Amino acid sequence: MAGNIIEVTDGSFEQEVLQSDLPVLVDFWAPWCGPCRAIAPVVEELSADYGAKLKVAKCNVDDNPKIPGKFGIRAIPTLIIFKNGNVSEQITGAVAKSQITAAIDKVVG
Amino acid sequence: MTENSVYDVIIIGGGPAGLTAGLYAARARLNVLLLEQMGFGGQLLTYEKVDNYPGFPEGIGAFGLAELISAQALRFGLQVRNAEVLSLDLTDKIKTIILADSVLRARTVILATGAAPNKLGVKGETELTGRGVSYCAVCDAPFYRDQEVAVVGGGDTAIEEAVYLTKFAAKVHVVHRRERLRATPVIQEKAFDNEKISFILCSVVTEIQGSRQGVCGLELRDTRDSAVSVLPVSGVFMFVGIKPNSKIIPPVVERDEAGFICTDKEMATSVPGVFAAGDIRVKALRQIVTAVGDGATAAFNAGRYIESNF
Repeated sequence: MAGNIIEVTDGSFEQEVLQSDLPVLVDFWAPWCGPCRAIAPVVEELSADYGAKLKVAKCNVDDNPKIPGKFGIRAIPTLIIFKNGNVSEQITGAVAKSQITAAIDKVVG
Repeated sequence: MTENSVYDVIIIGGGPAGLTAGLYAARARLNVLLLEQMGFGGQLLTYEKVDNYPGFPEGIGAFGLAELISAQALRFGLQVRNAEVLSLDLTDKIKTIILADSVLRARTVILATGAAPNKLGVKGETELTGRGVSYCAVCDAPFYRDQEVAVVGGGDTAIEEAVYLTKFAAKVHVVHRRERLRATPVIQEKAFDNEKISFILCSVVTEIQGSRQGVCGLELRDTRDSAVSVLPVSGVFMFVGIKPNSKIIPPVVERDEAGFICTDKEMATSVPGVFAAGDIRVKALRQIVTAVGDGATAAFNAGRYIESNF
């Protein structure tokens, strides 16, 4: 995994994501999910592309059931962009990079 | 920024068809580049296990097969790039492939962009996608442990995925608009033997009901007497066919009404120097085993085309 992507857990989510000053893209994934593997390289690229403007995190839904439950996630991959502790944009399924950047650009000024 | 070199072959799509085209082109010592916007494997990545690809008597995990096919292509020097193709200009003898950050040129192009699941097109589907509406059982089945779910469709994928869902769900209802399933007999037998699966035939979904909390039921209409009923489920998995990933393919490439690309038996499209392989083609049997055959044929004929035209 690229160095800039952080792993968030049920325990660290509040602090790392909801209280973050930067917008945060969270990739909810699991090892058994093929489309999650398919978009993993895209998420890494996004982390590099946006640099210091966006925090990028991954949350393994197998190991961390509470947070996905709280946000009603019943499909993966789900990408959620959080800003000021709120859900700004949500994308379900493996989609093209341009669709993800369009969502990020709405949130990241 | 236009790169100076002209590739012999540029392959668009890194599923089984594209990777096999890459394997054959690289072994033919063509200067070949494969473009894939996500990880390698294509639709293969949405399945758990492959039971009908020759050479694996016990079947093989879908991820594992995707890794094996890509590793084999890379061993022979296939160049790959993780990039989204924005547009294509195929009219000139040298083809132009436009990416977000560069422009590539090639003597031949092999279109192996594959296909994606169809939407059913009913009320509630878009709003509830990711909240109970799913197109990938392997991805989302674990969210439905001990719950009741529905599968819509009657083909191979629908029935195989219904069987897979019984590993997690308490009950799986298969909703199919016809009187009989279309799935291969051996797949149907597995489903008929499974006590967790029930069949609701001659029925169509007219609405997916739910709220912010997710799906709570399906409104069904019986096609025989038009009776309307509601099936309470917390999830619905759609397997109602596929549509071609043809957004970037220019109209100059001939296609059928559904948008799949027409080719001859050598995988040549209506545009000289442009070939197509795999699920993007008009064909009767869309399988890994036919996709890899298409890929090999397309690469071979791309090589021949280059010999005669350059």
